[in-house]
Parts: sequence; C-alpha cells; structure tokens
Amino acid sequence: MDFLYVFVFVIASLLGFEVINKVPPMLHTPLMSGSNAISGITVVAALICASGDGFIVQVMAFVAIVFAMINVVGGYMVTDRMLGAFKKRDK
Amino acid sequence: MYYLYLLATLLFVIGIKQLTSVRTCQRGNRISEVGMLLAIVSVLAITAGVNWYTVMAGILVGAGLGALIAKRTPTTAMPEMVGALNGCGGFASAIVAMAFLIIDPVLKIEGKSLWDTGTVNAISTPATVFIGMVTFTGSFVAYYKLGGKKLVHPFHGMQRHYVHAALALVAILCSVWEVMTTSSVWLPVSTVLLAIVSGVLGVLLILPIGGADMPVVISLLNSYSGVAGACAGFVIMNPLLIVVGALVGTSGLILTQIMCKAMNRSLLNVLLGGVSEESVAKDAKEYKSIKSAGPDEVAMLLDGSQSVIFVPGYGLAVAQAQHVVRELADILQKRGASVRFAIHPVAGRMPGHMNVLLAESDVPYDQLWEMDRINGDFKQTDVAIVVGANDVVNPAAREATGPIAGMPILDVDQARTIVVIKRTLAPGYAGIKNELFERENCMMVFLDAKEALEGIVKEVKALAS
Repeated sequence: MDFLYVFVFVIASLLGFEVINKVPPMLHTPLMSGSNAISGITVVAALICASGDGFIVQVMAFVAIVFAMINVVGGYMVTDRMLGAFKKRDK
Repeated sequence: MYYLYLLATLLFVIGIKQLTSVRTCQRGNRISEVGMLLAIVSVLAITAGVNWYTVMAGILVGAGLGALIAKRTPTTAMPEMVGALNGCGGFASAIVAMAFLIIDPVLKIEGKSLWDTGTVNAISTPATVFIGMVTFTGSFVAYYKLGGKKLVHPFHGMQRHYVHAALALVAILCSVWEVMTTSSVWLPVSTVLLAIVSGVLGVLLILPIGGADMPVVISLLNSYSGVAGACAGFVIMNPLLIVVGALVGTSGLILTQIMCKAMNRSLLNVLLGGVSEESVAKDAKEYKSIKSAGPDEVAMLLDGSQSVIFVPGYGLAVAQAQHVVRELADILQKRGASVRFAIHPVAGRMPGHMNVLLAESDVPYDQLWEMDRINGDFKQTDVAIVVGANDVVNPAAREATGPIAGMPILDVDQARTIVVIKRTLAPGYAGIKNELFERENCMMVFLDAKEALEGIVKEVKALAS
C-alpha cells in the first residue's frame, strides 16, 4: 500500500516538470503566486486533524487551519489582482 | 466519494497549465480556486468526526486574515507578500505532522515508536517538520529582506557553512531520536527540538542571500512548501495532498530554474551567494568623467525629443515611482513624442514584476515592449531614460568574460542620449562598474526615482507653459 503512494508521488513530480514549460516572463510572478496558493492544499491535512481527540490536538488543528487558509485565500486573491491588472490593460 | 479528490487534482493540473499562457491565465486561476474549494468540501464530507467548531473558527479566521492581507498589500510589495504566505503554508504542514504524533493510534500503545507505524510515515513525519519549519522561518527572512530591511548573518566566511552543516546534522540526529524513541515524554521533546533547530537553520540559510536574489529564493521556498505538503500527505496517507504537493514542488523547482536562467546565474551560485559582499563596494570609486544633471536639464532635453524609451528597474519599484513615470510618459506622448517602455525579463523585484506594476498604473499594453522586440530600436531613439536599473543595461555583459558576461541586456547605450536616474554610483547586484555611466552621451541624475521623475514632470510642465 505504501508503495502505491510513493509511486503516485514520483509520477506527480514528473507531471509537475512537464506542466511548466515555456512560461512568458510576464507570467512568472502570477504563476509563482498561483502555485503558492495551491501549496495551501495542506489545509486538507489540517482539516483531517480536526477529527482528532483532545484539547491539544484541536488547538494544533485550529492553528494549522488558520495558517493554511491564510495561504490559500491570500494567495488566490493576490494572484487574481495581478491577473486583473493585465486584463484591464487589454481593453 | 474519493473520486472527488481525483476531480480536485485534475482541476489543479489544468489550472496550473493554463496559468502558463497569457490568454488563459485568468481562467486557470479560477479553475484552481474551484479545485481548492472542492478539495476542502470533499475532505470535510469524507472525514468522520471533525470538530465543526474548530473547523469553522479556523476557516473563518484564516480566510479573514488572508483576505485582509491580500487587500492591504500594494502591488510593489507583492513579492514579499507571496513569500510570507508561503511561510504560512509551510508552518501549517509542520503543525499537522506534529499533531498526528498525538493522534496516531499506534503511538498510544506502550513501547511503540514512530518506526513501528511504517517506514513511509517514519520518514515523512520528521521530513515534514524539517521542511515545513525551514520554509516557515526562511520565508519570513525573505519577507523582511525584500522589504528592504538589512539583516546580518552572525557568522562569516567558511564558518558560516560549518554552522549550517552542524545544524543540519543536529536536525538529522533529532529526527532519528524522534523516530526511535518509545517514550511518550521524549517523542514530543525530540519533535519540538527538531522544529526549533529547523527554524534556526531556515533563518541562517536565507540570511546571507542578496536582496536581488530573493525572488529566486521565494520561488525555491514555494517549491519547498509544496514538498512539505506532499510529505504531510504521506503522514496522513492522502493521495490528493501527495499529488498536488508534488506538483507544486516540482513546478516551483522548474520556475526557479527559469528565473535563474533569466539572471544568468546558477541555483547553487544564488544559494551560496553573499560571500563577496565586502569586495563589492570599492569598485564604485573608479568612475571618472561622470556628468551629473538635475531634473531641469532632463526636462530641456526631453523638450526637443521625438522618441523616448523608459527602462524601468528595481529602483523604480522600490521608490514606488510607477505612477509618476506613467504621468511623464503621458505628457510626452500628448506632445507628439513616441514613448515606450523596455522591459527586461528580470526587471523589478522578481521576474515579471515590472509588467504587473506598470499594468496596474494603467500604462497601455502597446507601450510595454519586451527586450527582444525593442533592442533594435534604441539606435533611432533620442532619449533612453533608465530608472533605477543597472546590471540589465551594463555593456560589460557583451564582453567574453566577467561576472555578467552573456547576460542578455537592453542596448540602451545605442540611444542618442541616455539619462540614468539612480541614487548613487553604487554597483548593482553583480557588483561591477557600469561603463555606460561614463559615456559622453550619458547624464546621471542622482536622486530617488520618484523624486527625480516628479521634478522632471514639474519642469516639463513649466517649459510648456
């Protein structure tokens, strides 16, 4: 079973290499900020933590959810704003 | 239900892919937002027995803070913002790994160690804490450095590398201790110790890296936070987290590589940078025959010019002069001059930053020219105004050897007259002299970019009336 997860990890890494190729310089900043927001996916793990028992676990889950959500919401909003500036210019 | 994870993963892949093209980037970001929403909803639907108070409070507080931070950040501060957000993600991953040490049912059994929970878990738990904490503290150091704060590394020269190596060794020892201990007392102690050592290492690793290289560092730390997420995915055995974390991890690595290439540096060179700090300053005194000018002289020069190209750089972003430069461009254009902006791929505080900045201050799209398209036109240009840029216009890059040899540059030196707005003669990041400043047809304006441009706008207006 563990092997399957490692397998998935390696294949997904290769996919990551493939997805990003030939990015125009203009999009470097938004792309970085966009993938930064995606790295907030750890919020999934933080939410699962909230199913644990005990006060300490709940406090840790809360802290982890807060930090991950700052990453997610802040990241997406900043990215949207940048891409919005490009859009405005196209008119 | 688990197929919802697969759907979310696909949305992230499509989202990232579309973010790499100008035509589809906005849609791409939306798709990835939907993917995130789906991921959150499906994990809450799948996981039994979550404490809804914790979940709701966490989501509300986190989303609120995130929105507040995003709203209040000016475009000029975007790079450090991305850095700080990144650190938050890394920290969350580290906390999760630590919380699962308490949750794991195997560890509750007397005499069982982390090793007994399985090899993958035993490796990924300390790895998540280590990578997560390095990302966390490193990102905040990058945040402060990009914000212009001067932070000094407590160690110098080779000593620095020894300290880093020693700390890394301590981190490995703590990890082994964490994995092997069967004591319910030493498990949390070793874990917290590992977190602290990793945090200190994160600070020290990022401290010596030069401010101009910070974008590369942020990109790299972004990649780390993805890897930390994937490691956390191994801890909780969640394929969504593993796949998306790996995706961000490697795509971030590629982006880092692309940025390094644009700056003509190797990643290793960036990471080990900062060694030559002391040898940089003295070169600046070697300048002779510099022509200094004030805003009034520049205004007079512009009065008779038909074609003007602005070359914005790091200094423009730092001085937040993007609105003033657009005002000047508008005035000149109204008078019938042709005005353009030449954008070097690494201009600004991170690659592509200048495009975002100028777009937000309403510089029309057709005035922004990429380096390859505009380089041939400098010959027929009356005035090239370099605002806060240095290395990207240094003719030394055309020579066969030297620190920036081979770096693509803007051929500013071919314009009839060059105006360089720069606070001092201090060298750029490459730490070398720029012979452009000594040229017969080059005028230096030693002022802050905003101050200088405001002065020029005032004088140009006065001349017109």
